[in-house]
Amino acid sequence: MSTKILSKSQGFYDLYERRPGSDQETTHYCPGCGHGILHKMIAEALMDFGVNDNSIIISPVGCSVFAYYYFAAGNFQAAHGRAPAVATGVKRALPESIVISYQGDGDLAAIGGNEILHAANRGEAISVFFVNNAIYGMTGGQMAPTTLIGQKTTTTPYGRTVANEGYPIRMTELISQLQAPVYVERTMMADTKSINTTRKAVRKAIKNQVEKKGFSFVEVLSTCPTGWKVTAPQAEEWVKTTMTQHFPLGVFKDISGDAEPLNLTKDQLPAERIPKAISLPLGDKEKLVYKIPETVSEEIKISGFGGQGVLSLGVWLSEFGMREDLNVSWIPSYGPEMRGGTAHCHVKLSHRPIGSPLVAQPTVLVATNRPSLEKFEQEVVAGGKIFWDNSLIDISPSRSDIVSLPVPATEIANQLGNTKAANVVMLGVITAVSDFLDENIVRRTLPEIFKKKHLLDLNMQAFNKGLEFAASLKQMT
Amino acid sequence: MERQLIKGNEAIVKGAILAGCRAYFGYPITPASEIAQAAALYMPLVGGTFLQAESEVAAINMVYGASGTGQRVMTASSSPGISLKQEGISYIAGAELPGVIVDVMRGGPGLGNIAPEQGDYHQIVKGGGHGNYKNIVLAPNSAQEMCDLTMLAFELADKYRNPAVVLADGFIGQMMEPVVFPDPVKELPEKKWAIKGIPEDKDNLISSIELDPDDLERHNRKLQQKYEIIGKNEVRFQEYETEDAEIILVAFGIVSRLVQSAVDTLREDGVKVGMLRPITLMPFPGHVLEKLAAEERVKLFSVFELNNGQMVEDVRLVVNGDKPVKFYGRMGGNVPTIQEIVDQIKKQMREI
Repeated sequence: MSTKILSKSQGFYDLYERRPGSDQETTHYCPGCGHGILHKMIAEALMDFGVNDNSIIISPVGCSVFAYYYFAAGNFQAAHGRAPAVATGVKRALPESIVISYQGDGDLAAIGGNEILHAANRGEAISVFFVNNAIYGMTGGQMAPTTLIGQKTTTTPYGRTVANEGYPIRMTELISQLQAPVYVERTMMADTKSINTTRKAVRKAIKNQVEKKGFSFVEVLSTCPTGWKVTAPQAEEWVKTTMTQHFPLGVFKDISGDAEPLNLTKDQLPAERIPKAISLPLGDKEKLVYKIPETVSEEIKISGFGGQGVLSLGVWLSEFGMREDLNVSWIPSYGPEMRGGTAHCHVKLSHRPIGSPLVAQPTVLVATNRPSLEKFEQEVVAGGKIFWDNSLIDISPSRSDIVSLPVPATEIANQLGNTKAANVVMLGVITAVSDFLDENIVRRTLPEIFKKKHLLDLNMQAFNKGLEFAASLKQMT
Repeated sequence: MERQLIKGNEAIVKGAILAGCRAYFGYPITPASEIAQAAALYMPLVGGTFLQAESEVAAINMVYGASGTGQRVMTASSSPGISLKQEGISYIAGAELPGVIVDVMRGGPGLGNIAPEQGDYHQIVKGGGHGNYKNIVLAPNSAQEMCDLTMLAFELADKYRNPAVVLADGFIGQMMEPVVFPDPVKELPEKKWAIKGIPEDKDNLISSIELDPDDLERHNRKLQQKYEIIGKNEVRFQEYETEDAEIILVAFGIVSRLVQSAVDTLREDGVKVGMLRPITLMPFPGHVLEKLAAEERVKLFSVFELNNGQMVEDVRLVVNGDKPVKFYGRMGGNVPTIQEIVDQIKKQMREI
C-alpha cells in the first residue's frame, strides 16, 4: 500500500478534457519544463486565497498556449503577445475578478512588448507571470528576446551576437522603472529553495490583486531542456549559473505594503437616467412658432479663415433650420486647413429630403475673407446672395447676376468690443434678409448656444446690430 | 420625438450607450477621433469604461477581453487603424465573440490622407484578417443611421456572436444632421457562453484554437452556416425610384446620397433611373440585384464608389453577365459632383 502524497491542486480540472488524445491526466509539457510547476503554484495560491472560483486566466501563445487545459477557472486564450490587453479588457469589465496574464518570453518581451509595458504603466490591477526560458519552445527552439549572448538556437545557429541581435532584454528591470507597478520580482526555478522563493512570489502577486493593490509582475527564470538540448539537471544548473548572470534575481520593486486598495467598481447608471447623462434632448422644449415659406430649399456655403467662426455660423443655421422642422445638413471642409488656413462648410436647408450634403451651387455664399470670395463667387447660382465682410475684403463681387450684400461685420463687432462676434452680426443680417430664418426662432435659440450670460449679452447685441444694419441696407437698395 | 443636431461620429457613441455598450477601447485617428472623444465624455457618466489604448492592436484585444465577459463593448478607428486591428478581428470572429467595430474610412493606401474614401470595402467585407470568417457589415448614410445602425450592430453581434462593423466614411462621420434617439435598451440578451468570473462559467472557454483538422473544419463549417443564416435573415437595403427604372444605380454610404440627388436630376430629364443602396454589405442584398437583373426593362447597372471598384465586384457576381455593369469611382478624397454622376450615366447609356 502506498499513500499518494503528491496530488494535483484542486485549482486544476479533475480531468484535462480539453486536451486532445487519450491522456487527460498529465500536462502537455516536456519532462523537466518549468511551466507545470508554476501552473501548480498559481492554482494552489488561487485555492488558498479562496478566489479560484472568481479567477480568469489568460493563456498566451507559446508553450503555455494550452494553460486553459488545466486551470479550473474562467479561461481566455489570447493572440500572441496580447494577453495584457485582453486582461485589461477583462479586468475593466469585471473589476472583482482575479485576472492573470500568463506569458512566455517571446510573447511578453518581443511581440507583446508594447502591451505589457502599457498595462504595467497604467497599473492594471492584474497579476502577470512571465516565464523566461531564453528560447521559443513551441515553434522549435528559435531565439527569444531573452536568449543569452552566444546562446545557440535554431535562428542563431552561430550563437546570439550583440552586433546582430542586441542584448537579451531585461523586462523586470524595465517594468520596475515604471511608477504604477506595486510589485516586481525576478525568481528562478532551479532547485527546491528557488522554487520556494518563486512560490512566495506567486502568492504575493495574487494576494496583491485580491487586496486590490495594483499591478504585480513576477518573472520566473525557467528550464527548457528540450529547447536547450540538455538534460533536466543540466538545465537547472544552466539557469542557476548562467542565466542569473544576465538576469539577477530579487525583488526589484515592492510598494504593495503602502499601496491603498484601488476603487475599481463602477456604478451603473439606471436606464432612465441615461438620456440626460448623454445630453439627449429631453422633449421639454417649448414648441416655437415660426413662419417660413413652403418652398424653402437653400444651399449655403460659408467660408473664411479658421477662427472667424464660419463653421459655427453654419452649425447655427442648421440648428435654426432643424427647429423650423426643415431637413438640414452641415458638413465642414475638414483637414489641415482647419488649423489656421481657410475653412468652409456646406449647409443645406430644405422641406425635401436632403440627398447630397455637399453644396456645389450655393444659393447663399457667406465670405469673410478675400480668398473665399474669389474661390466661391463663380459657384453661386444666378440670383443667389453673397454676404461678404467688406471690413476685411478689399474687392467686390464681380458678377452682376447675384445679390451682393456687403456687411462690415468685423467692424461692427469690433465696435461692440469683440471681433469674435462678427459671425453673429452676419447672422443678424442673414436673418433679416432671408426667408429661411425666422427671427423668433433665432432669438429663442441663441441663449442655448451662448450659455454664459456675458457672452449671450454680447451676442444678442451683435445680432441686433446685424438686424439694424440690414434695415439700413434695405433703405439703401 | 425631439431631434438633436449632431455629428455622425458623436451619434455613434450615443447610440452605442443607448444600446447598452459600457466599454470603449480605442486609439485616436482622424477622421474618427470624435468617436473616442465622445466616448471619453459620456462613458464615465453612465458607469462605463473609456480607455485610450496604447495601440489599435491593444484596443481590439481589450475588446476581445471585455466582450468575452459578456459586456457590450466597442472600438472605432479609421482605415490605417483598422488594418492594424485585423488580427484581433480575426480572433474575435474565430472565438465567436460579439464586438462592434466602427470604421470611418479615409483615403489610402498607406497613410493616404484624411479625406473620405470607401477603399476599405474589401478589407472589411471580404475579411482582412486571416481565416474563413466574415464580419457583419452595416453601411450608414446619415447621422441618424450612424445611431441606428450602431445599435443594430450591437444587436446582431450578440445574436450571432460575430464581429459587426459599422462601415462609415469621413463625410458621414463629420456631417451634422438632426437625429432622433430612441429609448435606452433595457434588457440585454443572456450570454451563457461568457466568462463572468463566477463558478458557473468554469467550463467556458474563449478561444480560437482548434488543433485537430477535423475539429477546425467543423468549426469553420459552422461559421459558414452562421453566415448563411445571417444572409437569410439580416439583409437590409433601400430602393429609390426602382419600380420602373431602366438603369439601376448602386451605391452605399455617403455616395448613395449623391446618387439619390443624381436620380432626381435625371428623372427631371425623363431618364428612368433608380437606386439600390445596400445597407448591409454583409449580408449583401444580392437577391434584390438578381431580381432586378431579371427584369426585362432593366438595361444597365451602374455602380458608384469612392474607391477603385470594390463593391462592383459583388454586383458583377450576382448580375452574372445578364446585364452590363458599369463602374465609376473617385479616389483620394475626391467626390463626384451630381453633374459628374449624371454625365457618367448619360455616357454609359450611349455605350450600351
